[in-house]
Amino acid sequence: MSRVSPLSQATLSLSRARYSLGPWARIAGLAVCALLTLGPVIWTVSTSLRTPADSFNLPPQIIPTHPSTAAYHGVFDQIDVWLLALNSTLVTALIAVGQMITAGLAGYAFARLDFRFKKPLFGLVLATMMVPLQVTIVPVFLVLKSMGLTDTLLGLIIPAFPTAFGTFLMRQYFLGMPKDLGEAAMLDGAGPWRIFRSVYAPLATPGLAIVGVLAFNYHWNEFFRPLILETSGQNYTLPLGLVSLQGNLGTGSISVVLAGVVLSMLPAVAVFLVGQRPLREGITSAGVNR
Amino acid sequence: MTNTQVSAVRPRAASAPGTVAERPSARERGTRLLAALFLAPTVVGIVVFTVVPIIGSVVLSLFHWNVIDSPGFAGTANYREVFTDSTVLVSFRNTLVFMVFAVAAQLLIALALALTLNGRMPTWLRSVFRSAFFFPLVLSAASISVVMKYLFNQDFGVINWLIGWFGIAPVPWLTSEHGALATVIIVYVWQQFGFSFLLFVGGLNNIPKEIHEAAALDGATGLRKHLSITLPLLSPTLLVASVVGIINALQVFEQPYVLTDGGPGDSTRTVVMVIYERAFEQLRFGEASAVGVLLFVLIMAVTAVQFRLSRRFVHYQ
Repeated sequence: MSRVSPLSQATLSLSRARYSLGPWARIAGLAVCALLTLGPVIWTVSTSLRTPADSFNLPPQIIPTHPSTAAYHGVFDQIDVWLLALNSTLVTALIAVGQMITAGLAGYAFARLDFRFKKPLFGLVLATMMVPLQVTIVPVFLVLKSMGLTDTLLGLIIPAFPTAFGTFLMRQYFLGMPKDLGEAAMLDGAGPWRIFRSVYAPLATPGLAIVGVLAFNYHWNEFFRPLILETSGQNYTLPLGLVSLQGNLGTGSISVVLAGVVLSMLPAVAVFLVGQRPLREGITSAGVNR
Repeated sequence: MTNTQVSAVRPRAASAPGTVAERPSARERGTRLLAALFLAPTVVGIVVFTVVPIIGSVVLSLFHWNVIDSPGFAGTANYREVFTDSTVLVSFRNTLVFMVFAVAAQLLIALALALTLNGRMPTWLRSVFRSAFFFPLVLSAASISVVMKYLFNQDFGVINWLIGWFGIAPVPWLTSEHGALATVIIVYVWQQFGFSFLLFVGGLNNIPKEIHEAAALDGATGLRKHLSITLPLLSPTLLVASVVGIINALQVFEQPYVLTDGGPGDSTRTVVMVIYERAFEQLRFGEASAVGVLLFVLIMAVTAVQFRLSRRFVHYQ
């Protein structure tokens, strides 16, 4: 090995230092970014716990000087939180269950059953993944109007049952299961329904969890369709209710509005904590989010 | 699967169209019935709520219709109207500007964070950071915009107070023409970068360790390694992230609707806002549909261009 002069050693370490940050600098940088990312959320929670009089204080007290739940009482006085939460829960839960059923069944058919027009039908399903909801919303509104479903919760729920992405995901999921299982059951005399019901369906739970969690996350937060479909207050979902609460109050009492935001976030945060893995897998798996 | 393969697997399945059909077995009939039942909800749903509406959009765009009176044939009048309407044109310009900056920022931030996170650090710390960056994604864009509207307020917002520490005068984030679009971009990127970030983290995990080790042996470190090794290997993920990022960005609605309602003037009005206003506030369904069809064509065109370009820049292992 050749002798390395102290000078060249110094330049070597200098050039290395310029390109690769030390581990502490890296972690500190990430910590700052994480703080910036979570900052607005932290501010929301802490402001919702201040008295309305303190809510505009600058510098913002992260730990409220006069902690108070007045803002939370305020939300319940100003809007019917229970009704909004009930509507949101009904819509989100029914869509999530509905999508798990439709995507599970269709995904299985595309993965494991032989029938005519399988390829073009699957192509059709895939192609609709590319179609943005906003482009079809006018005719969808008219279709729902002709069914008498505008300004009803069902009008939000039914069109969301079919899911191209969920179907795609479940097809991949069933394709990943060993074929021998079904063939063994067939040799034992099981019919197509039995093979699905007793062999493959029980194995599909993790895949269905991904579909369900993604559906929950999307539809709990959904704003565009409810805004268009739901015209009377009794059918509002939480995001709609909050935006209209903010509109009514103008810039009056922000802690009340923020208390509402915190309340509406809770279920999404709960799902984030419990279902982070399926959520992450779902988002990453095909790169289609909303 | 081709028909020959089917009959090779199962000799009795000779029901392919064009061949002289043997009678399908009871089992095959059962399978087909099951397939039809399983597919019905999805296929019927997609036809009623996506395929028919796409055709409906095109048809509607050729009519004048306000829902109350009976529709009248308009030919290309709606399109001519839309192309000369300054609000519509501005909304397309805003949406494109928004798309360019939002997607670029989203990808750069996500890439930088994913690469930095890929370095050496305790596993628990890595998962804390990962959770933090992806957290905004689970919140509602509408309620987050309500929060951001307060934070970016010129007079009492926390952001202006923060930058005041650095001696910067209060910025009219939401009330000046250029500031407003920039603010909408910031708020959107804040919520969305976690999506590209997750894709990149997944993509980086898929790069075999041996490649990095070989690069290290050859003396490639830091930025150099990333430019000549990591990025080419990550290029398929970059393609997916940019395609989905662009499609989502072209449909932006909640942030400008809540933050600025399209203002000041039309400076933050986006295409989807125009569709919403034309159809559901002004009851001009034909014009709204024409704008929708144009947006659809734009999305298809941009995506096609991307896949074209990707042939040159994307390397598959």
